[in-house]
Amino acid sequence: MAQILKVNDINVYYGSIHAIKGISFEVNEGEIVTLIGANGAGKSTTLNTISGLLRSKTGSIEFFGESLAKVAPHKIVERGLVMVPEGRRIFTQMTVEENLEMGAYSQPNSGIKASLEEVYELFPRLKERRTQIGGTLSGGEQQMLAMGRALMAKPKLIMLDEPSMGLAPILVDHIFDIIKSLHENGATILLVEQNAQAALSVADRAYVLETGKVVMSGTGKELLASDQIKKAYLGA
Amino acid sequence: MSFLNYLVSGLSLGSVYAIIALGYTMVYGIAKMLNFAHGDVIMVGAYICFFAFTRYGLNPFLSVVLAMLVCTCLGIVIEKLAYKPLRAAPSLAVLITAIGVSYLLQNLALLFWSSNPKVFNPIIPNKSINIGGLTVSYITILAIVVCVAIMIVLTTFINKTKLGKAMRAVSEDKGAAQLMGIDVNTTISVTFAIGSGLAAIAGVLLCSAYPNLTPTTGSMPGIKAFTAAVFGGIGSIPGAFLGGLLLGIIENLAKAYISTQISDAIVFGVLIIVLLVKPAGLLGKPTREKV
Repeated sequence: MAQILKVNDINVYYGSIHAIKGISFEVNEGEIVTLIGANGAGKSTTLNTISGLLRSKTGSIEFFGESLAKVAPHKIVERGLVMVPEGRRIFTQMTVEENLEMGAYSQPNSGIKASLEEVYELFPRLKERRTQIGGTLSGGEQQMLAMGRALMAKPKLIMLDEPSMGLAPILVDHIFDIIKSLHENGATILLVEQNAQAALSVADRAYVLETGKVVMSGTGKELLASDQIKKAYLGA
Repeated sequence: MSFLNYLVSGLSLGSVYAIIALGYTMVYGIAKMLNFAHGDVIMVGAYICFFAFTRYGLNPFLSVVLAMLVCTCLGIVIEKLAYKPLRAAPSLAVLITAIGVSYLLQNLALLFWSSNPKVFNPIIPNKSINIGGLTVSYITILAIVVCVAIMIVLTTFINKTKLGKAMRAVSEDKGAAQLMGIDVNTTISVTFAIGSGLAAIAGVLLCSAYPNLTPTTGSMPGIKAFTAAVFGGIGSIPGAFLGGLLLGIIENLAKAYISTQISDAIVFGVLIIVLLVKPAGLLGKPTREKV
């Protein structure tokens, strides 16, 4: 399997706070890799650093073997590394379809129609609401819109930051079903979750973050079975 | 003069305010800053047009285009040099910088063009026509027509084009817009370019109606237009139009029926009352978001 993303020894600071302390991991083609951990472990910070919204003081981030250290966030998207941010951050004053069009901003206009159809097939609910203003959607629909919007950019790697946050259990299941079906269609996914149970059960591999460091890693199954993980994250 | 006459000339003055207010409101919407140098860009536009048309006898249309080009570049340069380095700075620092840029432009104008008022020749003949008993000057009609045309073009641009939609996205959430692959810096530059180009048009219209051109010509209309933008709901494009038109009409009617001296006080008094009742301005109502 080809390596798509390689994160090597990154250190990220918020002012004087050392938020990420030398994290390294990689994502291979077709994998779902998950980063799990409690609040403040550095999961979102890691994703924001990969997206270029934050910068690492040391180490390197390579996407298809090329360094992203000096690449602007919007150029990173053009290369096919796309993030669905925490809290969804859809454009609440634009319609559903306009939100999706924005997702395809880096793409040639000619392909947008076809991409829209693909997204509507995956999320029929969005098609029903295509002319509705984003801010009037429910939380679950907003999450679908945020994911659909990211897919419009034809990502080679899609990063999902807490897609289950604030959703009812039935919607969490629905979102994870979609993640599984994306995976079956060959998508490569980097998933950040607090819902460790759900994340580990879909993940090929997982890394456990604690206060800015990787403290454990393994396959999803291994970690699900680990006593330490059960105690700390699965409430067993 | 009849009430209708005052109303039409108020509408014309309001059209000029509206065109200036657009620059304020678009820049505020996208860069979240109050560009107090905007009024002085109007003045620069008027001077460029004055020299091209009145001094060197260039075709009036070309003179306006030249003024727009110069102001567009000026807007981009101001943003790059003065505001971009402060993107992450507190908004107070940006505000003070904008005021500094405003004084800089005024003083440069004073240096190059002196404080002697220039008599600006109107870009169209200073004549009037009679429409059903109502005498209206050409420049009054021109201002209204130009304002409506700008409104239509700009609304279409913002709602239908890729770049226009990207501007709306940036105005709502810069971070999320970057994650869509939108280049936020370019979008902000384009916004300054459009606003400054419009300022040039406003400067020409303003000086065609009130032909006394000095380095401080832009200040008062700039402040009035800023008021208009707040009045209509800052950040809202239809709000800037509505605010500008209403402000012009209120100002003119106040001058005609109450007092010329206190007309500005009345204008600002109305603003205070509107803001007391609707703190976000007339059209500044953010869509409520479900969580």
